[in-house]
Amino acid sequence: MAATDALRLEGVTKRFGAVTALHEAWLNVRDGEFVTLLGPSGCGKTTLLNLIAGFLEADGGEIFIGGKLVTTLPVWERDLGMVFQSYALFPHMDVARNIGYGLRARGISKPEEASRVAEALALVRLSALADRRPKQLSGGQQQRVALARALVIRPRLLLLDEPFSALDRNLRAEMQIELKEIQHRLGVTTIFVTHDQGEAMSMSDRVAVMSEGRILQLDTPEAIYSRPAHPFVAGFIGDATVLPGRLLARDGNSAQVEAAGLHFTVPAEPLGMAQAGAAVSLYIRPEHLHPIEAGLGLDGIVISRAFLGDRAEMVVECTAGGRLLLRVPGATARWPLGAPVRVGFEGAAPVAFPV
Amino acid sequence: MILGFRLLVLLLLAFVMMPAVVAIIAAFDARAIIAFPPKEFSWRWFQRALSYEDFRTGFMHSVFVAIIASTLSVLIGSMAAYAMDRYSFHGKATLEALLLAPLAIPHFTIGLGALILAAQIGQSRGWPVVIFAHVILVLPFVLRSLYISLKNIDPRLEQAALSLGARPARVIWTVTLPALAPGLAGGWLFAAILSFNEFTASLFVTSQRTQTLPVAMYNYVREYADPSMAAISALYILVTTILLVIANRFLGLGRILGTDDGRN
Repeated sequence: MAATDALRLEGVTKRFGAVTALHEAWLNVRDGEFVTLLGPSGCGKTTLLNLIAGFLEADGGEIFIGGKLVTTLPVWERDLGMVFQSYALFPHMDVARNIGYGLRARGISKPEEASRVAEALALVRLSALADRRPKQLSGGQQQRVALARALVIRPRLLLLDEPFSALDRNLRAEMQIELKEIQHRLGVTTIFVTHDQGEAMSMSDRVAVMSEGRILQLDTPEAIYSRPAHPFVAGFIGDATVLPGRLLARDGNSAQVEAAGLHFTVPAEPLGMAQAGAAVSLYIRPEHLHPIEAGLGLDGIVISRAFLGDRAEMVVECTAGGRLLLRVPGATARWPLGAPVRVGFEGAAPVAFPV
Repeated sequence: MILGFRLLVLLLLAFVMMPAVVAIIAAFDARAIIAFPPKEFSWRWFQRALSYEDFRTGFMHSVFVAIIASTLSVLIGSMAAYAMDRYSFHGKATLEALLLAPLAIPHFTIGLGALILAAQIGQSRGWPVVIFAHVILVLPFVLRSLYISLKNIDPRLEQAALSLGARPARVIWTVTLPALAPGLAGGWLFAAILSFNEFTASLFVTSQRTQTLPVAMYNYVREYADPSMAAISALYILVTTILLVIANRFLGLGRILGTDDGRN
């Protein structure tokens, strides 16, 4: 039932002067779901988050939070918890007062504030630092305070605006796991904004890939990766070799495509209205290409290789297909630069889009 | 090379400090006429300066005017700075230019104008006129200090407070004002120092009953030539220095003077 969606956007549009920052966004987020808005900078993901939060006013469409129409409701009545990229902790308050801010704004009694703040501090494992000032905390600790401050009010919706971008890589991974664990435990519906696809894929129940003010695909990370619905999605998420090809025939849910002299079976849906004979682009994931001893494939030579421990990446230059990107298990990466290699397509699940 | 620069800096400092240093040294001369260098050491002119009735009342008047005028200008300035920072309105750029760069208007013009205005409403040379003139003189500096402080507040702080359910009035009270406190205090102190030192406009708008310390000093040198003028100058420098040191210690001088935007 749509009315119980934690968040529902119906054709939300935002323009800045002549520029349309967001084109009719439609989105349903279920209770307790973790949905990520993913895209490069300028794709409209932050605009969308600010519209949900109420920092911007939509030019068209409606926004519902918990089934309640909030399109014109001011920020402070939307019942949100938000974590900012800069954390935005109040510098003149200690950690406990920062966390209790939203409770005091709601007129909650002092004893209850104290017990809920203590609970929130325990949740983010910062009970020992309750009387510190934000300046005395590390980036990761500030991040936890910001999260506790947003969660202590038991918001209908948790909004996260690139919260990890200021952290170094190791700390980031640790905070991702911690956030995901807390979010799952509390079951709070979460909208997460990031430009980092790894972050989006690892944390989300569903990902909305955005580009140029549009949501191009909204689906599970697995589906986004293996069945991209748009060439931008196929190129932005993960790596891919793109081969120019031609549509041979369509047959219900699948289609036949020819590229680099080989035949491939691809899903028909991403091809849209393209008919037989149309030019297409074929996207193949690097882990779907293998060096083979014999059999059907493309011959080429290794022009670059990078050993990454558990895996190795190779670029193979083929006369017939241009440059192919391969990802093979690290232990089997025994091809030196300049070595001839035949690349096989057995088991590849490529996707084709009309050019 | 380094030595050369050091010497240059020292010379420059000596050049700038010379008048003040000469005045301070002259204050310790025992003779009854200002002369340099002094012959005999004495504190008598300090005693005279501190006991002279016009200086005593002038000092009290100056403190009174400085406190009232800087408080008023901080009140007016904070509202104006907030409006200029947060809202866009017709003529905003003009207002900004006018309020932030009023140094083009000479102080005696402001004093004379205030005097004429006061005469028009039959309020000649009372406290309100003096305070009015001082507020106008220090307001630009206060405004500048507050405007810079406001610009340096992370807008995300206010957004965070709003998202946590606080109404805008509560956000201003609990987030904006505390973040602005150093700017308010610095602006106030700077205004007080400026007002305390102001002479030109004060000469027009004060009377015998309301004369501030600089005006009292001016009236004194018209009649006497003894070193108590030098002594009071020394005291003046001492008080202002103490205030500036306090300001610098607690608030950062660069921020008050607007030479440092506080972002580092």
